[in-house]
Amino acid sequence: MSIFEYNGSALVAMVGKNCFAIASDRRLGVQLQTIATDFQRIFKIHDKLFLGLSGLGSDAQTLHQRLVFRHKLYQLREERDMKPETFASLVSAILYEKRFGPYFCQPVIAGLGDDDKPFICTMDSIGAKELAKDFVVAGTASESLYGACESMFKPDMDHEELFETVSQALLSSVDRDCLSGWGGHVYVVTPTEVTERILKGRMD
Amino acid sequence: MECVFGMVGKGFALVVADTSAVNSILVHKSNEDKIMVLDSHKLMGASGEAGDRAQFTEYVQKNVSLYQFRNGIPLTTKAAANFMRGELATALRKNPYMVNIVLAGYDKETGPSLYFIDYIATLHKVDKAAFGYGSYFSLAMMDRHYRPDMTVDEAIHLADQCIEEIRSRLVVAPQNFVIKIVDKDGAREHSWRRTTKD
Repeated sequence: MSIFEYNGSALVAMVGKNCFAIASDRRLGVQLQTIATDFQRIFKIHDKLFLGLSGLGSDAQTLHQRLVFRHKLYQLREERDMKPETFASLVSAILYEKRFGPYFCQPVIAGLGDDDKPFICTMDSIGAKELAKDFVVAGTASESLYGACESMFKPDMDHEELFETVSQALLSSVDRDCLSGWGGHVYVVTPTEVTERILKGRMD
Repeated sequence: MECVFGMVGKGFALVVADTSAVNSILVHKSNEDKIMVLDSHKLMGASGEAGDRAQFTEYVQKNVSLYQFRNGIPLTTKAAANFMRGELATALRKNPYMVNIVLAGYDKETGPSLYFIDYIATLHKVDKAAFGYGSYFSLAMMDRHYRPDMTVDEAIHLADQCIEEIRSRLVVAPQNFVIKIVDKDGAREHSWRRTTKD
C-alpha cells in the first residue's frame, strides 16, 4: 500500500460568488483499521485563509506546525496577514525543500485574496502548484471527487448553495472510498463570516 | 503479539498492557512492565520493538522530569504528548523509534485525557485507543460497550472483557496483563491479570 494511503483522506475546495468552501472527511485510519472519526484535516491560518492537508497524518501535522510558525513570523515582521497566493508559494517552497525526501502530503489552500476574491489551489507532495478557478481535490478519494465536483459545480453559487454542493460532492465521493469518510467537516468562508459545519454521512 | 489499550472514564483514565517480553518463539519473562509512570499524573503505555520501547520511554520520562525541575511546574498531558510526537517525528526520517504509545494523563484544569501516538508520529486525542493484534479485539469490544462517563468499576469490567476476548481469540495471546490507572490522586498500578506466575 502506498504511504499516501496509509491514513486515508479526502479534501475538496470550491469557489463561489465572493466566497469559498473547503471540506474534508473525518476518518483517521491505520490502513484497514479506523482509529478515530474526528480527525482534523483543515486548519485555519487566518480568518481568510484555510489549509487542508491530505496524505500521511504525521507529515500533515508536522507541515501544519511549520507553516503556522512561518505565518506567525510573517505576521510579526509584516504586521499583516499573508495573502493566499503568497502562502501557496510558501507551501510550495517548503515542500520542494524536501524534494529528495518529501513530506507525504497533498495540500489544498483556499483563501480570500485582494478585494475578497476567492483563491484556491492544490499541489503535489513536492510543491507543484495547480491553480483552479472552480474546484480542487486531494486525497485517496480524489478520483471520485473530480467526477462529483465536475458534474455538480456551477459558477457563482452563493454560500448556501455552495455549502450544499460541496457537501453532496464530498459525501458521495467518500462513500466510494473505503479509506475516507465517517462524516464530513465543511468550512464556508465569506468576507464577513466563517461557518463551520459537521456532516453526518455513512459511518462505514 | 503485544497488546496495549486504554480508555477514559469519569475523572480517570486507564491503560492496560500485556507483560510478556518475547524474542521469536521464546518468552523471556512475563512480568515486563510496559506502562511507564512519567510523573505523578501521567501514564505511558508503549508497545513495539523492545529496545526502542525501553530507550524511548526512559528518554521521555527523564525529559518530563527535567522540565519540572527547570520550570517548577509539571507538563500538561497535551504538552507531553506533543513533545513525544516531536521526538518521534524528528527521528522518523533518520532512525525511527518503532514504538506505539498510549498516553493517559490527568490535569486539574482539563480532567482526564488519552492520546494515541503511533510510531510514524501521528498524534490524536481519543477516548479509547489500542495497538497491536489485540487491538482488533479490544477496540471492537470497547466500541460496543464503552460509554463516556463510566465509573472505575465499569471500566475495569470492560478492560476484563477485552482481556478475555484477547485471551480466547488471539492465537499467541500474552499470559499476563497489568492495569494502571490515573486520576486526581495520581498515577498508580491498579491490578494484574495473571495466568502464569513469574
